[in-house]
Amino acid sequence: MPTSTKLYGTRLSAWAIAAAIVLTAAFVLAAFYAPIEADQGFSQKIFYVHVPLAIVTLIGFVFGGVSAVQYLRSGDTRHDLRSYTAIHQSLIFCLGALITGSIWAKAAWGQWWVWDEPTLVSFLIVFLLYATYQPLRFSIEDPERQARYAAVFAVVAGAFIPLNFIAVRLADPLIHPRVLSKSGGNLPGDMKLTFYVAIIGMLLLFITLYKYEMTAKHSRAQVRALKRRLGALDQDAPRGRSAAPSVTAS
Amino acid sequence: MSAIELDGLARRYGDRTALADVTLTLEEGATLIVFGPNGAGKSTLLRVLATLLRPSAGHARIFGSDVRTEGWRVRGRIGFLGHDALLYGDLTAAENLSYQARLHGLRDARERIAQLLEAVGLTARADDRVHTYSRGMVQRLAACRAVLHDPPVLLLDEPRANLDPAAAELLEPLLGRASGRTRVVTSHDPAGGLAEGDVALGLRAGRPVLLRPAADVSAAEIGELYR
Amino acid sequence: MSGPGTFAAARAVLAKELLLERRAPQTLVAMALFSGTAYVIFHFALQRDSVSGNLASGVLWVTVLLAALLGVGRLFVADRDEGGLDGFLLAPVDRTALLFAKTLTLFTFLLALEIVAVPLFDILLLGPSPGIGDWGGVLLVLVLADLGIAVVGTLVAAIAVRTRSRDLITSILALPLLIPVVIGASRATAPIFAAAGAGSLPGRWLAVLALYDLIFALLAWALFDFLVED
Repeated sequence: MPTSTKLYGTRLSAWAIAAAIVLTAAFVLAAFYAPIEADQGFSQKIFYVHVPLAIVTLIGFVFGGVSAVQYLRSGDTRHDLRSYTAIHQSLIFCLGALITGSIWAKAAWGQWWVWDEPTLVSFLIVFLLYATYQPLRFSIEDPERQARYAAVFAVVAGAFIPLNFIAVRLADPLIHPRVLSKSGGNLPGDMKLTFYVAIIGMLLLFITLYKYEMTAKHSRAQVRALKRRLGALDQDAPRGRSAAPSVTAS
Repeated sequence: MSAIELDGLARRYGDRTALADVTLTLEEGATLIVFGPNGAGKSTLLRVLATLLRPSAGHARIFGSDVRTEGWRVRGRIGFLGHDALLYGDLTAAENLSYQARLHGLRDARERIAQLLEAVGLTARADDRVHTYSRGMVQRLAACRAVLHDPPVLLLDEPRANLDPAAAELLEPLLGRASGRTRVVTSHDPAGGLAEGDVALGLRAGRPVLLRPAADVSAAEIGELYR
Repeated sequence: MSGPGTFAAARAVLAKELLLERRAPQTLVAMALFSGTAYVIFHFALQRDSVSGNLASGVLWVTVLLAALLGVGRLFVADRDEGGLDGFLLAPVDRTALLFAKTLTLFTFLLALEIVAVPLFDILLLGPSPGIGDWGGVLLVLVLADLGIAVVGTLVAAIAVRTRSRDLITSILALPLLIPVVIGASRATAPIFAAAGAGSLPGRWLAVLALYDLIFALLAWALFDFLVED
């Protein structure tokens, strides 16, 4: 049983400060340095929030899937906790990407939702799939089985993402000529720099929130362990039903 | 080689300990009788031995094969009779048994099935669907299922529940000591259990609190377990 | 003491499944009735006497998908209620045999459903019927889509059957996972159902469906053991 007397969150403030600085820099660059895009005007600036959110979402889901594979191979519950936290945070980022995408669609095409933007549609489907992660965990009581089934889900969903993108992309008749490639490959230099700074900032934000959630879970477990030692909690007090992985602290 | 070797065997469900620190060996042909109040870990022990539950810690070996790493080898050697009959109500007795026979890779199972049904007095009902059976009849058929592949080890969870004395008598050659099989049997009946066991194991809250030759244990001691 | 091979065991389970369904035909009857009712609902909800092209393709695939969910929801129920899963797990058999058998069971159920549901669709709702040769294309799409639905359905059913809210989990998990199948299948059959006469079968959608089937079959094969063993 892994026990952690290790203090979590010691470098949390450093991550938070780094995220704040880089994100602020990205927004300043986006507002004042990057040029106004010719077709869409100022509203195109949301690109520097929307696309990094989307990219970090995918990184988080992939990390969640990789941790799930590690959990299935080792049975080590720390991997389950990583997988859970990554997917949880990514789901929030995914929602952010959908909302900013919707705002962009409204600004660019005058509609809150457009079906011929395959990336956005794919994100909606991915969001709907990953939104079932929490209910699935919650409906399984045995913590070990909960972790195992959640890991299977995380792997399946991870493999689903590229397949889904292919299917949705092929289904798009491509009526709208692409104003901007989202890969950043053919962006002008000043846009590219801003874009990369924004991605790094968003990634730092993700890491900060990820570490924050991990820290919170471990602190709670440590408080529980201390209470137990002081006799305030029964040794075998039931933990109550939860969708979150159990954390054991000594 | 001992038939069953347990070494520090444990099973947890999250924070809850269902079974802990069970260490014992059982010789071939011997019977281990397991006592303990409901929730003490008796069924968990049997399910771990049956490879239906993975141990959280420790080892369990059946004829030298580890239940965790060599489950497929263990499975061919055990007969399991738990609280559920593991039979399909919409299939007949004969169909249920021949399905199980195919899963165990038995050839020429027809004769064996007929013999077993004869032995438990179900020949006349062999082609009736199981959901028309009484509970006692289901239990008799479940006993046939458990011994169909002639396993050297039997894992029996209160095998006499639902049975009247006559039916229990009927199953004796299949499941009883006379079958010559190594057995792990759970029981709530101190006197009867001790009489049929060679080694007695008492569990409380998943932990072994008593492990001695059955002959050295009094029924009163077993009664203490439930207090 | 060696058990039967994986395929022998899978055959045994499949035979048992089909026998159970013949004995007490619940699932298939429910699926067929559901599809008939769905067509009536589509008639009134869309306020159309006949549909063709994209609309026809959509109606058919929504019906097949939702009918399939009924089968997915029932796939492991007899095993859970009557302990058949333990009965299987106690045999010296590769767990993959159960995956094979259950996938084939669901696949068989889907084909059996479509033998009823597709002609019924043709009679009740489909505008101009495509020619015999074009139905061959439909059959090919049906087989590819059914394979995908069967594999993913078996995976989802194995997850859902041991949760507290089986019906909810089945639907919310299976539907998003099957969206690529719906995209591929409805795009593939749309030209065949076109009002102006059947167009050709779009090959790339068959490729997407085949890719989907392959990837999820491999995933299911790799992950199934984790779902049945405690």
